[in-house]
Amino acid sequence: MSIEVIKAGIADSVQDEGRFGFQHLGINPNGAMDLNAMKIANALVGNKLNQAVIEMSFPASVFRFTKATIMALSGADFSAKLNGKNIPLNQPVRVASGSELKFTKVMSGAWCYLAVQGGFEIEGWLGSKSTNTKAKAGGYEGRFLKKGDVLSFNRETDCTETRVFPWRANVLQYYMPWSVKTKNMKALPSQTFRCIQGNEFDWLTKKSKQDFLKQPVAISRQSDRMGYRLTGTPMKQTKRQELLSTGVSFGTVQLLPNGELIALMADHQTTGGYPRMAHIIAADRSRLVQCRPNERVSFSFVSVQEAEDLLLIQERSLRQLQEACKFKLREIEP
Amino acid sequence: MKALSIYPASENALTVCLGDKMDAAINDRVFILFQYLQRHPNPFWKDLIPAYCTLTIVYDVDSIRKHHPSACAWLRNEVERALYECEENETLPVRKLHIPVCYDSEFGLDLKSLAKTNKLSVDQVIELHTQQTYRVYMLGFLPGFAYMGIVNNKISAPRLSAPRKHVPAGSVGIAGNQTGIYPLDSPGGWNIIGRTPLQLFTPMISVNTDHGSDKNSEGTPVLLQPGDEVTFFPITKEAFDSFDVQNFNLLST
Repeated sequence: MSIEVIKAGIADSVQDEGRFGFQHLGINPNGAMDLNAMKIANALVGNKLNQAVIEMSFPASVFRFTKATIMALSGADFSAKLNGKNIPLNQPVRVASGSELKFTKVMSGAWCYLAVQGGFEIEGWLGSKSTNTKAKAGGYEGRFLKKGDVLSFNRETDCTETRVFPWRANVLQYYMPWSVKTKNMKALPSQTFRCIQGNEFDWLTKKSKQDFLKQPVAISRQSDRMGYRLTGTPMKQTKRQELLSTGVSFGTVQLLPNGELIALMADHQTTGGYPRMAHIIAADRSRLVQCRPNERVSFSFVSVQEAEDLLLIQERSLRQLQEACKFKLREIEP
Repeated sequence: MKALSIYPASENALTVCLGDKMDAAINDRVFILFQYLQRHPNPFWKDLIPAYCTLTIVYDVDSIRKHHPSACAWLRNEVERALYECEENETLPVRKLHIPVCYDSEFGLDLKSLAKTNKLSVDQVIELHTQQTYRVYMLGFLPGFAYMGIVNNKISAPRLSAPRKHVPAGSVGIAGNQTGIYPLDSPGGWNIIGRTPLQLFTPMISVNTDHGSDKNSEGTPVLLQPGDEVTFFPITKEAFDSFDVQNFNLLST
């Protein structure tokens, strides 16, 4: 009742929605980079949305299923092959025991998620199954997956042949700048990311304020689960001011002393002392984390109310998807 | 209690700013609000992050919006009410902790250079570091990393210009007017002056539950908590090597 890692990827880990309630102790939330993709993969196999999944970046691990299951992939397209045959993203797949899953090349995106029906048997730490590699706790032994790791399934499924199920989740809305006002899917150019203005945005010079909203920045190669570095026209402050550390969030865009920007990601520290220019809204975060190095991004400001509304639309769609998938799965195996 | 400002730190986080400097009186107010909110828990907030002069509340937008038209506006109201009510509230007694530190040259990698730059002897640095009672202003950077202050000006020192790639767990450091202890092996730029045999972060101490867990100070994997008062006392290398962590009473009397 398990899956085995027969070749390790570079940074594959077990993640869920994240660990909350301990940030006052310096214990950061972790969790999936692309929370929507994690939830979509879970919905497709009939799981609760917060079930732990395997998060992969490229090169990803090669896996062997030692027991049958129903699995789904979502997020980045790494050209997945099951027993040598292409399998689609965002579609449930029945997998026979002995099958081999590998990922051959990057077609798009940065983070891919693997969910299995019933989830993986992982012991939680502080209420979450997410991996905290710094604390060496949570997830699978508090570390990235390596060769020989065996992850058991919570549930057993009987099946002898591999089969792709004939339905697919429509994921476009999670990766498009959907607008609440115009009900338009592509209200903004696709590289624009909406933000709530940060408390120290006014520390910038007039020119830098304009640049922040007009000049695109590029995602640097120095980007990981802690943060994406953004390079472009260096930002200038009207005067050097000291800032005391304060709580920060996934999506907070900080101004570094050299004028570069960094967008904080899932493994961000709980507090930060750099000026906060903006906070990228949750509804645009899946699209952002899936950007690859050298891709260019730009920012625009929205109100907190609009950010809330956009998040709610996604949450509602995820719940609808979850219900629809449960219904479909029951049809196939009552 | 009046806030200087209350501002969003994301669509699911609100920061209450109660001052603008490292100051015990300001941090006291942060702590009073933090304690008040901890004792009046609300299912809608997911995290409370106290810092030097701010408290950030991370909340669940989806759940609040089932009952209120704006999560942010609702939370702002709640915070304003808490600010008003928390002053009436009795504060819990502050924990006083007594932490052994070995200032041996094997551990105090920057002790000599810090003494030299500040025109002091190594013994004077140790004396000044152990003389003071420090307050845990906040935790951050690493699980269990406590920012403590305020360090005597005579032994304050800027961060190293090139951070070390590896600072061992238990290392006691100084950065500016702050002192802290590395709970884990980690890269770091603080001036290391000694090491404690105590374990500041013990991941497996806590009981796992499926829905959040014990948020009180007991049963958490972290030794130092926001609001604690800490003093250091010097121990020899021999005492460090044979230190009995199990039977050590951390709470000073």
